[in-house]
Amino acid sequence: MDDIPEIPEREITPPEVYYNRRSWMRAGLAVGSVLATASLYRWFNPYGKVELAPTGITPLALQKPLDSEAALLARGWRVDEPSTAERRILGYNNFYEFTTSKYDVAKAAADFKTDGWKVIVDGLVSKPRSFTIDELHALSQPQERVYRMRCVEAWSMVIPWAGLPLAHLLEAVEPTADAKYVAFETLLDPIRMPGQQHAVLDWPYVEGLRLDEAMHPLTLLATGLYRKPLPPQDGAPVRLVVPWKYGFKGIKSIVRITLVADQPQTSWNHYASKQYGFYANVNPDVDHPRWSQATEQRIGEPGRRNTLLFNGYEEQVAGLYSGMDLRTNF
Amino acid sequence: MNPQQFYRILVIVNGAIPGLMLAWDATQGHLGANSVNQALHVTGMLSLVFLFFSLLMTPLRWATGWSGWIAFRRALGLYGFFYSLIHLAIYVGFDRALNVASTLHEIWTRTFLQVGTAALLLMVPLAVTSTNPMIRRLGQKRWRLLHRAAYVVAALGVLHYFLLVKSDVRQPLAFAAVLAVLFGIRYGRRFMEPQVFTRTAVKIDP
Repeated sequence: MDDIPEIPEREITPPEVYYNRRSWMRAGLAVGSVLATASLYRWFNPYGKVELAPTGITPLALQKPLDSEAALLARGWRVDEPSTAERRILGYNNFYEFTTSKYDVAKAAADFKTDGWKVIVDGLVSKPRSFTIDELHALSQPQERVYRMRCVEAWSMVIPWAGLPLAHLLEAVEPTADAKYVAFETLLDPIRMPGQQHAVLDWPYVEGLRLDEAMHPLTLLATGLYRKPLPPQDGAPVRLVVPWKYGFKGIKSIVRITLVADQPQTSWNHYASKQYGFYANVNPDVDHPRWSQATEQRIGEPGRRNTLLFNGYEEQVAGLYSGMDLRTNF
Repeated sequence: MNPQQFYRILVIVNGAIPGLMLAWDATQGHLGANSVNQALHVTGMLSLVFLFFSLLMTPLRWATGWSGWIAFRRALGLYGFFYSLIHLAIYVGFDRALNVASTLHEIWTRTFLQVGTAALLLMVPLAVTSTNPMIRRLGQKRWRLLHRAAYVVAALGVLHYFLLVKSDVRQPLAFAAVLAVLFGIRYGRRFMEPQVFTRTAVKIDP
């Protein structure tokens, strides 16, 4: 016992201090663990920190509407429902080329540059050529179209697009008599579109329309959103908008449009043909195998809306499908 | 309060934090554009995560030799059950807008909902028999046998998640992989131990 120094009585921690210290340690542990849990939760569920509505962007020069609001409404070029807030449209996107998480597309696509973009238009046409975005605008000055957008996942928005009718582009290249379908293709560039590094779909994304669907006055080649150039997360610089079909038909960041004789392959149909049809017309009576299409969540609204046949464009487009069984041709 | 009781209270308090934060975000409009969908996603994830934590306690006891882990299992499992009830309530209350007929029709016709419902129903007897008196009434042996169903619940939960995603199955597959590891540790141990024993017992001289 000689080498162990004796602890003097005055240096022994008195019991009240000892227990006091233990309760302080416990308080620290409690606060620390709660903070750690809260931080972990916040890390997995962050607030949207991305600046969703960039300022200092030149508005698009839009065509003045030639008709009265009532006439535009009757044509389906306007909707008698409030537009979805811009920040909602910019912050909730399905664009698997960047990420499969809808809330994260805006951030993942923020640096996507589209300078010098060209759209090749070829196939069964008399005058194949390519178009820059300016050349598209020169062909037909962008006009505003306020459309309902119904996602196959049973949510919807009302979106003020700007763009030119696809028909104007197709007329310029003069489809031949053999052309029956139009095939579309998205940019393939796994560096600029990092989502393409994962095989969640067969890249590049491809879509297609029947020629009469493509020529329909509602079918839009959109280059703008909320009177500004299309932002990356919504398909910059040019995308397809077919308002009576599910959103996945609206192929984004288009680099090629090809006129063909036979029905082209389309990405989601190729991935799961029993779940996603070629036509993909919005139809409350034809369910997705895994969920009902009868109702939808309108983004920014409480409760649910009833889904409308052809997304409310029945009057304008039903004629395209007369005599067709919409259950088998879903 | 002994340390064991104190730690258990810590687990109970921390398990409530994600739910409270979710509720707070909901009242502040911070759940993003599709708030109902986001709340469904978060509660589903929380349910899976807490179920997985409850299954992790036994391997942790084996790994660390500290039997205190087992005292957290009940609270963790009950949180898994609790968050799945909230998950169901949000589905019925908001996604189906309180329409009971539509809810039943959906559950009746969709495989992923049948799987999710089965998981939830299977958790009810586990939750009911989680109290000390019930453990005594059942007896350790029968109670343990019954509570092995927690693995089935976790597997059904992962399958439910797998069936609902559109094409990016990476996350549900990650859950499946973790579950396979947990299951492997649990049922592989009895085969592993003799091997470990053999390896240490036999010395091979070159």
